[in-house]
Amino acid sequence: MPLLNQREFKADPWTFLDTSEPVPSGGDIVVPFERLVSDFKTLMLHDGQLGVAFPNNLPVTELEPYLQRLQLVTLDFPAFTDGRAYSQARELRTHFGFKGELRAAGNLLPDQLGFMQQVGFDYFEIADERFSLDAWLDAATSISLSYQPSFTSRSQMPISTARGLADTSAPDAEDWPEQPHYG
Amino acid sequence: MSETGKILTANRLNDGLVVFLSAANIWTRHINDAALAQEANAQSALAKRGEDFEAANIVTGAYLVGAERDDGEILPDHIRERIRAAGPSVHPGLLVENPHVSLR
Amino acid sequence: MYRYDEFDARFVAERVSQFRSQTERRLSGELSEDEFKPLRLMNGLYLQLHAYMLRVAIPYGTLSSQQMRALADISEKYDRGYGHFTTRQNMQFNWIALEDTPAILEDLAKVEMHAIQTSGNCIRNVTADHWAGAAADELADPRPVAELIRQWSSLHPEFSFLPRKFKIAVTGAPNDRAAVKFHDIGLRLHLNEHGQRGWEVIAGGGQGRTPMVGVTVRDWLPEAELLGYLEAIIRVYNLFGRRDNKYKARIKILVHETGAEKFRDLVEEEYARKPGSGIEVDARELERIEAYFGGPNFEVLAMVQPEFEQDKLRGREFARWVRANVSAHQMPGYAIANISVKPVGGIPGDATAAQMRTIADIAERFGNDEIRVSHHQNLVLPHVRQSDLHEIWQVLQANGLGTANLGLIGDIISCPGLDYCALATARSIPVSQALSRRFSNPDRQAEIGPLRLNISGCINACGHHHVGHIGILGLEKKGVEFYQITLGGSSATDSAVGGVLGPGFSAEEVPDAIETIVDTYIALRMDKETFLQAYRRVGAGPFKEALYAAA
Ligand code: SF4
Repeated sequence: MPLLNQREFKADPWTFLDTSEPVPSGGDIVVPFERLVSDFKTLMLHDGQLGVAFPNNLPVTELEPYLQRLQLVTLDFPAFTDGRAYSQARELRTHFGFKGELRAAGNLLPDQLGFMQQVGFDYFEIADERFSLDAWLDAATSISLSYQPSFTSRSQMPISTARGLADTSAPDAEDWPEQPHYG
Repeated sequence: MSETGKILTANRLNDGLVVFLSAANIWTRHINDAALAQEANAQSALAKRGEDFEAANIVTGAYLVGAERDDGEILPDHIRERIRAAGPSVHPGLLVENPHVSLR
Repeated sequence: MYRYDEFDARFVAERVSQFRSQTERRLSGELSEDEFKPLRLMNGLYLQLHAYMLRVAIPYGTLSSQQMRALADISEKYDRGYGHFTTRQNMQFNWIALEDTPAILEDLAKVEMHAIQTSGNCIRNVTADHWAGAAADELADPRPVAELIRQWSSLHPEFSFLPRKFKIAVTGAPNDRAAVKFHDIGLRLHLNEHGQRGWEVIAGGGQGRTPMVGVTVRDWLPEAELLGYLEAIIRVYNLFGRRDNKYKARIKILVHETGAEKFRDLVEEEYARKPGSGIEVDARELERIEAYFGGPNFEVLAMVQPEFEQDKLRGREFARWVRANVSAHQMPGYAIANISVKPVGGIPGDATAAQMRTIADIAERFGNDEIRVSHHQNLVLPHVRQSDLHEIWQVLQANGLGTANLGLIGDIISCPGLDYCALATARSIPVSQALSRRFSNPDRQAEIGPLRLNISGCINACGHHHVGHIGILGLEKKGVEFYQITLGGSSATDSAVGGVLGPGFSAEEVPDAIETIVDTYIALRMDKETFLQAYRRVGAGPFKEALYAAA
C-alpha cells in the first residue's frame, strides 16, 4: 500500500508483524500494541527501528513507557468520521514530545489530510486507490490559513502570525510563505 | 378501483427535489406518474433500479414507499410521504417550481 | 459589530472554493454520498424532505442591515422568497439546489457571512445573549469572547470529527437569555472582587432525547485561559465520548455516565498538562476584536423622553406593543425593540424577503445598523432611541411585523417539523398556527402573562419543548401524528426540564387541551403569579385533573 509523505507516494520500508509472526533478525518493524506490551523485553533489543500500531480506544498515556524506544507510531481511523486519533496525535506530539514518524492508517480521505497534518501526522497509509496524488495534495492545501496558531503544518499559516500577533508555538511559522505546500 | 403496491422515490442529487420513478424509467416530480409495483418481484426490481440510479449519481437516498392508486391518483400510506409528494402542508402551492430556480 | 480583516476574508473565500471542488467531485461521482455528507454538513447543507436546506451562520445572532439584505436577495435568487430564523440564531433556506450552493456561499462571503459548521459533528456556530451590548443588567458584552471562540473553532483540526455536534453559548448578564445550562458548554461571565473578568464554565447541558441541565466545571476561569480550557474539555470529549450509539454520543451523556466529579477531574488533568501553551487568549487579539463591539456613539439623553411618553398615550396598540416588546437599555433614553416574527396564525420564525428588507431599512435608519436574532426566533433592534419607537412600530405594523406578543403565549417557538424536516415524526407548524389563532386576542394574552409555549416535531427538541413553560412534542403512532404535553420547563436562570403530563392528544385536540391548562392556571393563580410560578407551587396535579379527569 502506498505511503504518502512529503508530497509523494513512497514504498513502505517498514514490515508489519501481527501478533504471532516471527521477528526478523533485522530491519524496521511495526507491531500491534498488545505485542509491544507482551514482548517488549525482546523487541527492545531488536536490531532495527521499532514501531507500534496503536488503537484509537486506549489513552496514549499507555504508550508512555515505550516511547523512548519507538521510531514510529501508527494511529487508526477505523472510519473517517471517527476522530479520536486526531486528539491522540495531538497528545503524542505536544504532551509527550514524540518526534518520530506519526502515521495515519485506516479510512483516510483527501479532505481530511489537512487536519491530520495540523495535528502532527506526517505519513499516511493510502489504502484507497481511487484518488490521484494530485487529488490528495489539492485537498490538503485548499485552506492556506489556520485560526489555531498552535496547530500548524506547513500548509497553513496561522492567522495570528499574519495579523502580526505573537506566536509562541509555531516553530515552522517563518518557513511558511516560501513553502506554501504540504510537507 | 384501487390498487395497492409500492412506488420508488428519491431526492434528485443536483437540486434535492423529490422525484418518483415512472414506468418509463424516468424520474418525475409528479407522484401520479410513478410506477406502482404490486408484485414482490416487481418491487424488488424497482428497488434495484433505484440503486442503479444512485450509483450513477442521478438521485440520492432512493427507497420504496407503500401507496395506493385510485382513479389515477396515487396516495402514499404514510403522512411523511404525503407531505413529501405534496409539499409543506403550511404552504399550499409551493410545490410549483420557483421561477427563480432554473428547472432541471 | 465584527468586521473581517483580509485574513478572515481569505479564509472564507478558500473555504468556498474548497466546497465548490467538493461539490463538483460529488456531482461527478468521485465522492460517494457517504463521503460527501459530512463535508456538506460542515458547510450547513442538509438534505431535507423536499430539497437541500442551507443553514447560514449568524454568529452570536448579530447581523448588519447589509447582511440582512443579502439574506433577502438569496431567498429570492435561489430559494422561494422566504427564510426561517431558527432557535440557534441562524437562518435556514428550505429550497436550495446543491448545484447553486457554492454560488450562494460566494454571495454570503461578499457580506462576511458563511455557513461553516452550522451542522456536522463539530463545534457549531456559537450563540449568545441576543441583547448583548444593550441589556440593562449586563456586566459586559459577551460577543468579543464569542467571536474569539468562533475563530478558534473554525475548521479546528482536532475537533472536526467529534462523536456528535457541540454547541457553545455565552452570556455576559446575570439573567440568562442564552440558555447556558442547556448547551454542551455554557459560559457565564462573572467579575471578581477586583473587577476582573472570569468565566463560569458549565458543561454537559442539552435538550434532545435526554434533556439535562449542565454542571459547573469551573466557577471562575480567568479569561486568558478560556480557549485552553475549552480545548481540554473538548479533547476529553473527543477521546472518551461514546461513539457506539448516536443517541448517547453528546457530551451530556459522558458527563452523566462518568459522573460530574470524575469528569471534572479528567478535564483538570488534561488541562494541567497545558497542551495549549500557544493558546492563551492573546490580550491584543481580544482588544482588536473588542474594538469592533463598541456599540453606537450613544447620545446623552434624558432618562424620561417626553415624546415617547406622549406617544404611548396616543393609542392603545402602541402602548401594548411597548409593554410587550420593548426592553430596558443600558443607556438612558434608549431602548431595545424586539420584533416578533410570530404574527397571528403565521409560521414562527419565517420572514419573507420583503420583511427582511423592511427590517434592514429600519435598522439602518433608527438602529445603528444592527439586528439580532434571538433563540426565540424573533428579531431585535438592540439600540434605538425611545423617541423613535413610535415611528419604528408604525413601519413594523405596516409590514406584518408589529405583533405585540413577546414572551406571551402567542410568541410560540416551533421547529419546522414534518412539513420540512426529514427527521420529524409529526408536524409542528400547523399546531403552532392553530394555537396562535386560538390565543390571538391580545388582551387575553396580556391577562395570561409571561408564558413560553414551545413545540418540537420530534424528540430531537429543536423547538425546545423541554424548556417551554408549556412544551408540546409531536410524535407518531402507526402513521398518525399525536402530541405530548410537558409543563414546567424553563431555559432561563431558573432552568428546569418540563415533565410529561400524561397521554398525548391529536392535533385537533391540542388547542382545547392548552386552553384547559391555561384556564386552570388562571383559576388557581395567586396575585401576580406567572404560569411557571403557579406550576411550581401547585405541581402537575390540578392540570392533570382538569385535562384527564373528565375523560
Ligand atoms: S425537533 Fe425534530 S422535527 Fe423539529 S427540526 Fe428538530 S429534528 Fe426536525
